[in-house]
Amino acid sequence: MQSPVVLLPDHRLAALRKAYAQAATAKRLRGLVLLGVALTLVALSAVQAEVDPKTFVAKIGGFFSYFDRMATLESGARVWTDPAEWFWSFKRNARLLGETILMAYVGTLTGAVAGFALNFAASRNLTASNIAVFAAKRGLEFCRTVPGIVFALMFVVAFGLGPLAGVLAIAIHTTGALGKQFFETTENIDMKPVEGLRAAGANWMQTVRFAAVPQVLASFATFSLLRFEINVREATVLGFVGAGGIGQDLMEAIRKFYYSDVSAILVLIIVVVMTIDISTQYLRRALMGERRGG
Amino acid sequence: MSALAVADLAALKARHPACFRSDWRKRGLVIATLAAMAGIYVYGIFDFDIAWSRFVPGLWQILWFLEEMVPPDPGGHLVTYLNALGETLAIAWLGTLLGALFALPLGILAARNVVRLPWLRAPIKRLFDIVRGIDVLIWALIWINVVGLGPFAGVLAIAISDFGGLGKLFAEIVESADPREPEGVRASGAPGWAQVRFGILPQVLPVIAGQILYYIESNTRSATIIGVVGAGGIGLHLSEEIRVLEWRQVSFLILLILISVAAIDFISSRLRAAMAGKATRRD
Repeated sequence: MQSPVVLLPDHRLAALRKAYAQAATAKRLRGLVLLGVALTLVALSAVQAEVDPKTFVAKIGGFFSYFDRMATLESGARVWTDPAEWFWSFKRNARLLGETILMAYVGTLTGAVAGFALNFAASRNLTASNIAVFAAKRGLEFCRTVPGIVFALMFVVAFGLGPLAGVLAIAIHTTGALGKQFFETTENIDMKPVEGLRAAGANWMQTVRFAAVPQVLASFATFSLLRFEINVREATVLGFVGAGGIGQDLMEAIRKFYYSDVSAILVLIIVVVMTIDISTQYLRRALMGERRGG
Repeated sequence: MSALAVADLAALKARHPACFRSDWRKRGLVIATLAAMAGIYVYGIFDFDIAWSRFVPGLWQILWFLEEMVPPDPGGHLVTYLNALGETLAIAWLGTLLGALFALPLGILAARNVVRLPWLRAPIKRLFDIVRGIDVLIWALIWINVVGLGPFAGVLAIAISDFGGLGKLFAEIVESADPREPEGVRASGAPGWAQVRFGILPQVLPVIAGQILYYIESNTRSATIIGVVGAGGIGLHLSEEIRVLEWRQVSFLILLILISVAAIDFISSRLRAAMAGKATRRD
């Protein structure tokens, strides 16, 4: 069949091809340079991080056999053939998981309230004082950047082992993380209600309450739910440093090579995390629907 | 003006009763929700069995820690610390790239507009969910059991946890791609792989690159903590100095982390802005 596309005469086609080749070469060259830089960084990083492909090749089998061993009971049977034996400490694990979720909940709520209180002070469009805005923003940044587990380590030294250290660590990190998302939302609100209230002689508190809060509350709730999801995950590992929750038992099981216990705890964690993901997703959809409807 | 409105208030209320009536059903719902939230909160605090006698002394102790932290001082370990910091950055960089390398093909395969077979897509998405549900510190502990203590375990932990996060993200990005471009490629008679290569990939690559950069940034933070369980980097020194109460060195290490995270944030937000600019110009 004859090609239906009409081809240009050769001399005009050649010019176009040359232009295309030039453009493509320039782009490819830039890509190659970027790739070179990235690969150099990879090589440097590999040296710094003591990456040893030989170890990896030698041990990668261990990674997969780790999962194999996790799926095997001490008696040699597969874990799913005897769920009662697999989840022999289900009661204890369920209690610890409950504690983990509660830690995440209390920490998230505390952090959300603190972040809520601070975010209006950090919003440039609501707070006139540059000093207050600067102080609030830097404070939130500090809370956000220092990893939660570092706070947990310090609080364990101060308050002793237990969930209090974990809750406080989650609360502080959440204050920083949510505070930032909150003030970014607040700084983007419609300013007309604010101006209206200011013109009517409202003070700062009243302006925030009646002009800003109604506009941002639904987004704040969404952000808080997302943060709760993240915090549940985080709370599962705070026990590694003794700050409560299921992490302590998990770390012991991993370190002492109780393979089927490791998999039992991991399965429970995954189920809980997924359930919470799905239910918060549902709640978030409901909230967003309400916001659109209202 | 305002006097006029207030004087007219009774008439206004009479004319628009709906605007002034309290919606007790809605209010009741809000109050019930808040009460339930507060109830769980209080229950949680009791359930934790907190030793309140230690609470106030603990607060004083934290104040004392803060006092001890000034001035920050490396205590003669500056070179060790800088080396550990380099290790942390290397872990974040390598781990993210490695994770992205594996997440990209699987993420594309998990996208609804690329693979139309639900039974092929669903297991990949579930795999991402499972991997993502396990915290990076848990992965670090598992990799330590496999390859031994040290930064290599950290690299692999970050890689595998990013594999879950990035894979899900990549699938979502690919799914949000404009369907007209692959359609155009198909109209010219191209096979399936070419539709993905020339129709979808050029659209999504800038967004994906931006997300990888963002993950490198956030992994710098993660990489600082995986040392706590022995997977290399600055976290190892940080947790050790906290345990032996060398607060000046702790504050020095925290400062070091804050500065390097801020630097990486700065570089990566510049790069992302540049890429976003290029992407919009391209449109």
